Amino acid sequence: MRDVAIVGAGMTRFGELWDQGLRDMFVEAASGALSDAGADRLDSLYVGCMSGGQFVGQEHLGPLMADHLGMTGVAAVHVESACASGGVALRQAFLEVGSGMSDLVLAAGVEKMNDGADVTNVLATAADQELEVYYGVTFPGLYAMIARAHMQHHGTTEEDLAWVAVKNHHHGAMNDKAQFRREVTPEQVMASSLVSEPLRLLHCSPVTDGAAAVLLCPLEMAKEFTDRPVKIVASGLASGSMALADRDDPAFLDAVQKSGQRAFEMADIGPPDVDVAEVHDCFTIAEICCIEALGFVEEGKGGPAARDGLTAIGGRIPVNTSGGLKSKGHPVGATGIAQTIEIFRQLQGEAGQRQVENARVGLAQNMGGSGASSVVHIFEGV
Amino acid sequence: MPSPRYTREIPARYRLEAARCSGCSKVVFPIRRFCPSCRGEEFEKLTLSRKGKVVTSTVVHVPPDDFLMEAPYAMAVVETPEGARLMTQVVDCDPSAVLPGMDVALEFRLIRREGHSGILCYGHKGVPA
Repeated sequence: MRDVAIVGAGMTRFGELWDQGLRDMFVEAASGALSDAGADRLDSLYVGCMSGGQFVGQEHLGPLMADHLGMTGVAAVHVESACASGGVALRQAFLEVGSGMSDLVLAAGVEKMNDGADVTNVLATAADQELEVYYGVTFPGLYAMIARAHMQHHGTTEEDLAWVAVKNHHHGAMNDKAQFRREVTPEQVMASSLVSEPLRLLHCSPVTDGAAAVLLCPLEMAKEFTDRPVKIVASGLASGSMALADRDDPAFLDAVQKSGQRAFEMADIGPPDVDVAEVHDCFTIAEICCIEALGFVEEGKGGPAARDGLTAIGGRIPVNTSGGLKSKGHPVGATGIAQTIEIFRQLQGEAGQRQVENARVGLAQNMGGSGASSVVHIFEGV
Repeated sequence: MPSPRYTREIPARYRLEAARCSGCSKVVFPIRRFCPSCRGEEFEKLTLSRKGKVVTSTVVHVPPDDFLMEAPYAMAVVETPEGARLMTQVVDCDPSAVLPGMDVALEFRLIRREGHSGILCYGHKGVPA
């Protein structure tokens, strides 16, 4: 495979974007990525989106988005893997450039969640309809069961969970793209309303509109577009059991571990070599399970990581410096690309107040459903 | 949703029919073509006991539309003595009492009235044993 680099990025603000539709957000992010790189052409584009069909009644997003970007004619396709759609779109773009098939490929993600759809029901389509949703479980419900199992097996506390939200809001308060640019206290988190016990409102990522895009090209062409390209050194994708009941240990995310192992093997490095990471904190418990499965902490030891400052900026392994899904927002299909943009800016040294000192190697992990799909990318500054 | 779906799903949902893999002895519920553990295709059918133990649980306070009238309600992953696990509501008790380790019996109940046409959907729910 050829070496592949990211040379440009663009994204909308994340939040309730009442004046922008699905296509408007995509065009803002995609044209932002192209102008960031000074590029005026594309060979191909991938659009990650969980469910344009159910959120706004729009499918066939590949040609629609190419058309509105003024690029009718390019190869364009929609990629779906629930909340991991963005990360999988990046992987497809990486494979296409790496294979030598194309030179300039856009990887984008978009989701419009605030246009009147029943968000709980649409998100639940990423769980097992026959075995889980039929009986009345919701997504917060599935992660709540993961949380309770983690508490049972490892002694994780509600306060441990709360500190993940506190830490990510602290980071997100410094991000001008974030939906919730404000700090929260552990007391506020633990006093927020119950969604699905033991998870409360402030343990959950919000309902968000937004889009994000990055431009990829062969590393050898990268200097045409930017002085500071970031190399994609590895991509790992894995699947796991769809239904929570089919997992031996509901508190362990097997697909996350596998996707991480595959990426680390491809990059020929290990978890201690990573300077900054974005992981999929759709709920506070998810960040705890993901840092364990990726090997940043030992299995069962993820609970106290945020409270102890291990995963904050300045800690041993800063996690979710963007604010994560929790504070930055979670427009599901766009999330994997937005995580990539945070790592891209960190490795370029352009993350402003959130900059991790001497960040050279970064990782982004994006997952779908209750962990049935997970994709990990590892990046290196050039 | 088309009603044939409900007919198709009856053996597992209404009768708790499962299968034991002849290759690795894993109990698979509902029945599948391939064993998720060893990919074997030979199975021996069995019916699950109508009881089990809570593996993990939650109390849903913000429910899907079809369950609005029932919240807050307990949901649990229940393991039967055969080793099969299923997602189920646990009812007829204080939802906050549904915790890992609790013994439940599985009873045939109305699960929901689906959508605008209100199709009656049946299945199993846990109750305190």
